Amino acid sequence: MKIHFDARERLGLTNNLIQLLFITLFVFVAMSLVAPDKFLTWYNFESISFMFPEIGLLSIAMMIAMLTGGIDLSVIGIANMSSILAGVFFAKTLGGESELPASVQMLYVGGGVALALCIGGLAGALNGFLITRVRITPILATIGTGQLFTGVALVITGGPAITGFPKYWAEIGSGTLFGISIPFLIFAVVAAAIAFLLSKTVFGINLVLIGTNSRAALFAGLKRGKMVFLSYLLTGVLASMAGILLSARTNAAKSDYGTSYLLQAVLIAVLGGTNPAGGKGGVLGVFIAVLALMFLSSGFQIMRFSIHLIDFIWGAFLVGVIILNMILEKRNGNRHARSHT
Amino acid sequence: MKIFHSSEAVIGLILIFAMIMIGIVNPAFWDLENLFGLLQSNIVIGIMALGVLLVMISGGIDVSFPAIAIAGMYLAVNGMLMTNYEGVFIPFAVSTLIGLLLGGMNAFFVHKFKMIPLIVTLGTASIVRGLVLGIVGTSQINIDRFPKVLINFTKADIYTIVKPDGTTSGLTAMLLIYLGVAITVHILLRYTMLGRSVYAMGGAAESASRVGFSLKKTTFFVYCASGALAGFAGMLHSSMIWLCNPRDFVGMDMQVIAAVVLGGASIFGGSGSVPGTMIGVFMLVMVKSSLILMKVETTWQLVVLGTILIVATALSALRDRKNRV
Repeated sequence: MKIHFDARERLGLTNNLIQLLFITLFVFVAMSLVAPDKFLTWYNFESISFMFPEIGLLSIAMMIAMLTGGIDLSVIGIANMSSILAGVFFAKTLGGESELPASVQMLYVGGGVALALCIGGLAGALNGFLITRVRITPILATIGTGQLFTGVALVITGGPAITGFPKYWAEIGSGTLFGISIPFLIFAVVAAAIAFLLSKTVFGINLVLIGTNSRAALFAGLKRGKMVFLSYLLTGVLASMAGILLSARTNAAKSDYGTSYLLQAVLIAVLGGTNPAGGKGGVLGVFIAVLALMFLSSGFQIMRFSIHLIDFIWGAFLVGVIILNMILEKRNGNRHARSHT
Repeated sequence: MKIFHSSEAVIGLILIFAMIMIGIVNPAFWDLENLFGLLQSNIVIGIMALGVLLVMISGGIDVSFPAIAIAGMYLAVNGMLMTNYEGVFIPFAVSTLIGLLLGGMNAFFVHKFKMIPLIVTLGTASIVRGLVLGIVGTSQINIDRFPKVLINFTKADIYTIVKPDGTTSGLTAMLLIYLGVAITVHILLRYTMLGRSVYAMGGAAESASRVGFSLKKTTFFVYCASGALAGFAGMLHSSMIWLCNPRDFVGMDMQVIAAVVLGGASIFGGSGSVPGTMIGVFMLVMVKSSLILMKVETTWQLVVLGTILIVATALSALRDRKNRV
């Protein structure tokens, strides 16, 4: 029985994931039946493909932090701070000049992207330092840095949104390539890279081992501090990517954009089978969970539910799915207990 | 140097030091009017923080209390307007009861399904906020429609000063409510079996259950108390500012948790105290309101707050590490 379980895990299809896949299909079919003429349209799926990469990246970032039993509550702060600094960079260098040749403008946008990613990396490194060196509990460290990063963003902007990003920046968030939205392409590439990193490299396997049993990992000679540090650095970079996509899609950056994304990212990560106590989680699960929630919210939006009720539905969906998992797990509890030991 | 092992003493000393520094930069800090305002800002956050403290001592966490506070106050005030009710006690009781029930819902999920408290309360916060804003309404109840009886209730002062220009400024009587709640929670934690069970559960749940504490009872107690206090605080908040905004309290969750942690409570449970939490709350409120006095732009508020939180948690992490060796 144990071997059987392992083989399925290797395929990345745990029981939870199969369940989640069914739930997602169920949501999809239900929404298609309720509003076939509006839900099953190219336009609807296209708009989903622009919206979902931001929250998808944030959820993957959250999942990585949770792999080692941590959490990152500063992701929104990082996302806003990096896009705002990129905005300041454009204002200082380009200053609204659109007569420059396209190649030069693209170069500037590339610089802005690099700057934003560096800021994300630095912010993530600060989290990693506080967690691994100073040994502050991740939840407290990131509450603190979250306030700090949001605060820095607020000091820079003074409150109002930064607008006037260059044309090519907006292209990142709203353009298409071969008929597919650019944010979605970016998401696909990054998600595939992270999936590879987590399942096929020493770094990823170390993270899972540290999350499963931190003490044993240390005794086994894993470089726990270094690995956890790197995982927060990566989380920071992913958060800044989400920030780039958000500001590129809306063509603006503000210190309190996307605050509701924080809860959603935590919810999606957990829904996607990530264990917040560490040791379990994967990109595929997060991807399916984001899809499920995107279908849910776009379906209900089409039915003209208020956005607040959609918040309610997300919360209820999360609690419902977790309860369902618990009940199913209890039913075949013996098998699970054995395969975990 | 034993005094430095108590976190209340350390945070208390830091607070006094900070007060002296602010006083040097701007002596207006010590004006009675300013101090009264400062104390007044403590009340609502403080009552909420006491609820969070209970949950945190038991080893859990609650991020749903701002949503619960909104549900309590918005439903109670709307109910008053609908029925033209003219009274103070029943709206507060209703708001508290709503909080109690919602807290019970948290406890149910945490206990029955063994779900991680952070995830449960994130979920219920989203559910409660969504329901209130989506079904009850999103419009703010302004002062023109706000029940007069509540306004008059919170106007009571325990001490009034007359300033040179003839205007008066008072210390609100609502402070007595805060103190009453704080003393009740303190006595409960220190001198009752229920209080000891909260510490026992946070220290080591398994052992607590072996010596005969009911984990179910304790879990329900802390989350219900946190919910009830949030509902009550929400109602008090809206009565004190004379309006009721269902979009209030955004970002409050993290700040209140920060204040409780500043006050020496451990995020792992088992430690924390009422005096510590009250000092932590005072610190938070003082930092938020004194930046203007120190001629710092208010946009710096979050930077200062975040820095203080990081430094405080870093200090306690370093101290814990030394104690362990």
